[in-house]
Amino acid sequence: MPPRRARSVARDIERYAALFAKRTKVMKSSAMRDLMALTERPEVISLAGGWPDTSTFPPDSYAALMSTVATQSCSRALQYGPTEGFALLKACIVQVMWAEGIEIDPDEVLVTTGGQQVIDLVCKTLLDPGDVVVCEAPTYPGAVPTFCAYEAQVVQVTMDHEGMRVDELEATLDRLESSGRRPKFIYTVPTFHNPAGVTLSLERRRELVRIAGERELLVLEDNPYGLLRYEGSPLPPLRSLDDEFVIYASTFSKILSPGVRLGWAAAPAPVLEKMNIGKQASDLCSSSISQHFVGAYFDSGPWEDYVRSLIEIYRRRRDVMLDALAEHFPREAEWTHPQGGLFIWATLPDYIDTTDLLARALDEHVAFVPGRAAFLDGRGGSSMRLNYSGVGEDQIREGVRRLGEVVREQVALYGTLTGVKTPAAPAKPARPKPPPVTPPPVHDERLANVLRLPRKRA
Amino acid sequence: MRVAVLKGGRSLERQVSLRSGTRVQDALERLGHEVVSVDVGPDLVEQLEAVRPEVAFVALHGRDGEDGTVQELLEAMGIPYTGSGVSACVRAADKVLTKHAMRDREIPTPDFYSFSETAFEALGAAQALPAIEDRLQFPIVVKPASQGSALGIKFARTAADVPQALVAAFSYDRKVLLERHVPGRDLAVSIIDGDRGPEALPIVEAVPQQEDFYDFESRYEIGRTKFVCPAELDDGIASRASEIALDVYGLLGCAGFARVDLMLEADTQGLYVLEADTVPGLTETSLVPQAAEAAGIGFDELIGRIVEVALGRAPAR
Repeated sequence: MPPRRARSVARDIERYAALFAKRTKVMKSSAMRDLMALTERPEVISLAGGWPDTSTFPPDSYAALMSTVATQSCSRALQYGPTEGFALLKACIVQVMWAEGIEIDPDEVLVTTGGQQVIDLVCKTLLDPGDVVVCEAPTYPGAVPTFCAYEAQVVQVTMDHEGMRVDELEATLDRLESSGRRPKFIYTVPTFHNPAGVTLSLERRRELVRIAGERELLVLEDNPYGLLRYEGSPLPPLRSLDDEFVIYASTFSKILSPGVRLGWAAAPAPVLEKMNIGKQASDLCSSSISQHFVGAYFDSGPWEDYVRSLIEIYRRRRDVMLDALAEHFPREAEWTHPQGGLFIWATLPDYIDTTDLLARALDEHVAFVPGRAAFLDGRGGSSMRLNYSGVGEDQIREGVRRLGEVVREQVALYGTLTGVKTPAAPAKPARPKPPPVTPPPVHDERLANVLRLPRKRA
Repeated sequence: MRVAVLKGGRSLERQVSLRSGTRVQDALERLGHEVVSVDVGPDLVEQLEAVRPEVAFVALHGRDGEDGTVQELLEAMGIPYTGSGVSACVRAADKVLTKHAMRDREIPTPDFYSFSETAFEALGAAQALPAIEDRLQFPIVVKPASQGSALGIKFARTAADVPQALVAAFSYDRKVLLERHVPGRDLAVSIIDGDRGPEALPIVEAVPQQEDFYDFESRYEIGRTKFVCPAELDDGIASRASEIALDVYGLLGCAGFARVDLMLEADTQGLYVLEADTVPGLTETSLVPQAAEAAGIGFDELIGRIVEVALGRAPAR
């Protein structure tokens, strides 16, 4: 290898710093990111990811599908595709949306590279620096860097057991309006929220689309988990209640595979058109190979069967995690009881900082996402996101046991430091088994008592 | 010459170490060495036996890399390595040991008290907190004894903040310290060994741009902290800071290179040593390379000198 040109350190810093766009100053990288890198060590039980369990997909099916793609559509699969996506994939999307309760025309769909690209394209299409985006508190941690990259002013609206507080949303919008600021869009994960694990109630869904319609605000409805429901009855997506102001985002990541990197947006035509142009600039088109793979998969049999098998697996894992939390977490901790999706949001006493706790937990080879990752304003310090889809039941039990131990250790230490004695052992009885199929009422008091969202730090 | 660059590892500073290590590798390659990169893990001994390096460049920060563990292993294997030996690493990695050693030698360091978790659990140390708070005065800095990179460092502004800050610090170590906060300027003196012994490089001042504290995030991200090198200081203060840093370097028995962090108290112009770092960062934003640059020593030359010193020093036993 030829020797590279010698570089100088200080000048390097100056030179690159001068080249970076201003917005990179708010593209956050953090101690937390460095800590999160450690969660990937093989010996760590990671309850941190948002990963579906792809080991459940039969390798034989994968081989057969790829073989079908090779024999039937080799050259097309290896070629560029249309920016908006192949018609064969849009036909699959129409089916999935139908299952979610939305009737859609393929022309209203833009195929994207994962659901994440929808967030990016919506920001790219709608935001000028300093524009306001309203989202939930907490919000999807993966949306935070996107909002930051587009220099959005993010305003977070509190959630409770019924999802985003729409009364607070209205008050927030009024307040913004009175200072001459009108948000460009409201970002929400209404169903099985990531990370909070709660679902927006029907009444609030209606309220939210009413508010959006009245104020002519766009809503970005991010719905990756809607089909992964373990109990209760499905609620209508916002898009089925309004097609004028709702941009709908979903993905194949959780119902088939995140590795295919395919998602989609359904949006009002003028918005979709701009997003299409934005996508051309980003990546021309999403993977043709993946699109043909998914098309072959939908052709090969009922796609819902695999989703049903995932639901069974994840429901058991959720229950194992809820039981383990009841068994191992101290009485001072609270957590949500998700009816679907992949996450439980646990909140510890506010004297425990979960970013620091993660360092301690990593010593015990267990990891989670610290709550602060889901806030842009420093809140969330005593909360954590726990994922139950990515690892098996035994690992969930063991992971939560280890985590419970370090949490109880810190609770006891705090008790010692303040003179407030706390019982060393968890005091909760095991979670009463919910009826497996019968939906609990939407206004579930059990939920009301567990979603205590973190206070803003002084 | 075959050089193994030890980087990564399992410490919380793994990512920083990977960045330091990669830069070091590049420099060593430019200097014409045969470089083998070793991400430190359970197979370290095996890897080193296979590679048989003539020298190991320790670019590992934090646990294992900076606390004497890897150095002990390299001694046992008879492989020369860069930077300080085992005993200096053991002393410097533990801020409590460092501070006691400095206090005994009358090197100024902020007043402090240190406790293990056991002291609180078994000896009722919590009862002593009010007296400690009274002596140190708020705000008090609470930190784990062993972490680098400002992880787990908290400010307690009132007595009510102290228990929470202690819980956070104990997340990183079984021993923590409560330290008087010295309001003022954050200075770093880099030291490298040379023909004429240890030499202090121009001082770097870290000026945080947003936070009221030079925290972990701003330490490693371009644009979050402004570094001024050489720091704009009176000659007297600059030379005193350098002398103190050299004293600490000698006191701890450091070798090769190190960085000593000090505070210049705004009101009194007093200098106080916070800690010494035996494997300081070598990333794009790290302070030692900046200081070397200010002294006219490019990164490659800096790395070359550190390796030469290592080769000139036989293993301790």
